[in-house]
Amino acid sequence: MNRAPLLKDTDFRQRAPELGLKDNETETILEIQGRLPTECELGIFSAIWSEHCSYKSSRAWLSTLHTSGDVVIHGPGENAGVIDIGDNQAIAFKMESHNHPSFIEPYQGAATGVGGVLRDIFTMGARPIATLNALRFGDPEHPKTRHLLRGVVAGISGYGNSFGVPTVGGEVNFDPSYNGNILVNTMAVGLLDQDKIFLSAAAGVGNPLLYVGAATGKDGIHGASMASASFADDAEVKRPTVQVGDPFMGKVLCDASLALMRSGLVVAVQDMGAAGLTSSSVEMASKGRVGVKLNLDHVPQRASDMSAFEIMLSESQERMLVVLKAGTEEAALKVHADYALSTTVIREITDTNRLEVVQHGACYADIPVDALVNNAPLYHRPYTLKEPEAPFLCQALSAPQPPPLETLKALFGNLNLASKRWVFEQYDCLIRSQTLITPGGGDAAVVRIPEHNKAIALTSDCMPAYVFRDPEMGGMQAVVESWRNLIASGAKPLALTNNLNFANPEDPRIMGQIVGAIKGISQACTALNYPVVSGNVSLYNSTGDDPILPTPVIGGVGLIEDQSFVRGSALSEGQHLVLLGTTEGHLSGSRYLEQLGIKETAAPPPINLEAEQRNGYKVIELIRENHIQACHDVADGGVLLAIAEMCLGKGVGITLYPSFTGAEWFAEDQARYLLATNDLEGLTTALRSYDWQLLGRAEGDSLVLSEGDSVTINTLQEIFEHALPNYLR
Amino acid sequence: MQAAILSFPGSNREQDAEYALAHVGFSCQIVPSHSAADFSGVDVIVLPGGFSYGDYLRSGAIAAKLPIMHDVRRAAKAGRYVLGICNGFQILTESRLLPGALRMNTGQLFVCRSVKLNVARNDSAFSHLYQPNANLDIPVAHHNGNYFADPDTLEQLEAEERVIFRYGDNPNGSMHDIAGIRNSADNVLGMMPHPENAALAHHQSQDGLKLFASLAARIGS
Repeated sequence: MNRAPLLKDTDFRQRAPELGLKDNETETILEIQGRLPTECELGIFSAIWSEHCSYKSSRAWLSTLHTSGDVVIHGPGENAGVIDIGDNQAIAFKMESHNHPSFIEPYQGAATGVGGVLRDIFTMGARPIATLNALRFGDPEHPKTRHLLRGVVAGISGYGNSFGVPTVGGEVNFDPSYNGNILVNTMAVGLLDQDKIFLSAAAGVGNPLLYVGAATGKDGIHGASMASASFADDAEVKRPTVQVGDPFMGKVLCDASLALMRSGLVVAVQDMGAAGLTSSSVEMASKGRVGVKLNLDHVPQRASDMSAFEIMLSESQERMLVVLKAGTEEAALKVHADYALSTTVIREITDTNRLEVVQHGACYADIPVDALVNNAPLYHRPYTLKEPEAPFLCQALSAPQPPPLETLKALFGNLNLASKRWVFEQYDCLIRSQTLITPGGGDAAVVRIPEHNKAIALTSDCMPAYVFRDPEMGGMQAVVESWRNLIASGAKPLALTNNLNFANPEDPRIMGQIVGAIKGISQACTALNYPVVSGNVSLYNSTGDDPILPTPVIGGVGLIEDQSFVRGSALSEGQHLVLLGTTEGHLSGSRYLEQLGIKETAAPPPINLEAEQRNGYKVIELIRENHIQACHDVADGGVLLAIAEMCLGKGVGITLYPSFTGAEWFAEDQARYLLATNDLEGLTTALRSYDWQLLGRAEGDSLVLSEGDSVTINTLQEIFEHALPNYLR
Repeated sequence: MQAAILSFPGSNREQDAEYALAHVGFSCQIVPSHSAADFSGVDVIVLPGGFSYGDYLRSGAIAAKLPIMHDVRRAAKAGRYVLGICNGFQILTESRLLPGALRMNTGQLFVCRSVKLNVARNDSAFSHLYQPNANLDIPVAHHNGNYFADPDTLEQLEAEERVIFRYGDNPNGSMHDIAGIRNSADNVLGMMPHPENAALAHHQSQDGLKLFASLAARIGS
């Protein structure tokens, strides 16, 4: 067979850096091929070795994470992590970022982010049952923020609602560090049977390789490399590298893929995500230790003049690669015909361990798969760990402090703490008919498992301001916060996925943030036996020299074994409210100091993993014994804000007893829960030997401090609900 | 009692409908829309929520042109019950089984929330178990739920008492606060809100259950 022309040496040296390859990586390509590559081969190397696909800066550190445990069926390395929830059932879940595309084209960037992670889930054979989104935007007053917020939310809504998966929770936050580089992280969760899990390792020499779904177009070409570089000021010029989503095709692809998997014809499946046909075929061949031969003439194409390079690197959406059992092509095509889905055989599995790409009768790429994968660059980048400063406690505040209720009102008007109703009402949170706790109803979203009395709890968490001040403590905090949110909703935390968003890892200070955060995550996961089963790393999140705040988002999954354990956060008339946990008055990185305009970089609230375990396990027990009827983790904003949030649920007031004063109300000490009970005596007996205090009793229509100051719940509700709509007006 | 739930490419609330129908005693089959269907043994045909054909062209427009809709029309003419929810309502208007059209919400955003729904008529096969003028909590989840009809059609709908459900807090700009209408024979109902998502014990409201129970009672009697 003829071979496509090799690149000239000068062209090769010029193109390689344009595609993001470094000098040493360029030399390795020559060694592996023993010659100059074709253009298509160069594209394949650059995509597989991009930061996005190879995790070359983070891989060495990711391997230190705690990834095993009794509940883990498949940890990191598959399309999604899979955990055991009993009854032969399992949950597949994963978080993925689509940061750069969403900044360039917010609607399509966010929509395809949702679509991509949903494909990761159904590729495992799981039916998607929920999604969450962790979104971070720039300063609210930055000229682009409103446009980006509207576009991203519409994109998530447009894809998820049409696909038919409930969007049940997440986060929306604002900080100037994201002005030029927003974060759009989507977590998808699916349900499957433990004996019907599909993996991506190809097998069976001669088995046909099936291309399923949308035609390949010239969209998203080299998106993986785009996602692996910092933005200059010309981000919008990169719009053609953003993919376009089709949720209708995504849903049909999901239904048809699950039907095909049920038919028993499938050996292996891999979705085409970043670096499209390249990464999916290389991954299947590498994991199965086989070769793959592709005939691009059989790949459905949207444009008539696509080169091998473009077809291999296109990131067109809604496509899958399937290895079938030999001789079952006809049967498979028949299954897909019922869904009016386009399916084509694009050749086969070989025993050569090579990736061979043929177009118009010529060989456009011939690369040894093991050498391609095993020689993927691995960098031990230099790093400097930030030495945390001394903590900032309430006593350090010298100036007179504003009355607590004034601060409370101001905080409720802060977009970081105000109601996100404008966002979540654009998401269908009810479809599938199994949602027990909808957005705003509790610390975690809760989704029922049909035909069982159990449910799962889902949450996403990160406090970038803490991570910036002390990456290790901040990484730990994201894990324990997610753990607490699951517990407060009535769950036993099982496992987590993460999305590690950082700036340029070639800067030792940024690399230090990555290393520190991973160390912190690892420590907390190990102590809490809360393993990491999947995840994603998004680097180069900076514009020019401005890095984002380090943002390692944790997506947690917990199991609620009995629906009677489900707890919301709304306080009811007559209940007593108790604070469990110790308050020392840590204010660094707090919403309180932000509100007062006090700039500091002191150490964030420390994490005490023993206290977290002691209090967390106690809350699980209190819920099971029905000593508490509502529960809320104390997070950013502190105790008074958390109390007010509990009051807003059912619009009931509270009379507070003497406890805290001034800034103490807003301290962000960790390992604290608010417990609402109908049975104060029972609860306090159960809490003997724990650090707790009685805060007040739910009654009336106002929040009343022991000093006599009060504010009506109506007033708070109005501030809380109107902040975001007013901002967008 | 037999219910047939149509599944168009892009429909996504088939199962939600099935849970609610099964709860009041229907045995359900989900019928793919790509071939002709025989509804002779079927008591009620449900057109479920979703985004049939991706809402491309107009919501419900492509589904309305499928051959299976001829079978639905014939079945309706023969007196079988037809219930269109959300996208199903859009398909019913596009196929002229019900008058009017569903336009984009006036807020121009998708809206998913519980709304106050008033039972305007409780003399329908679909609503006779509700108290007269009952106020219900039932969720909506749509982008194109803004009911529109020309003045004559609206006048006719009102004169013939065919508006069954009205919004108490209109979420989409619908004319006359219309949330659900029936045909003059009272065997075809289209509505935007989702009674199937307010029907089961674990839902936040069970106010939608009586709609399915009304149908079951009428068919069973």
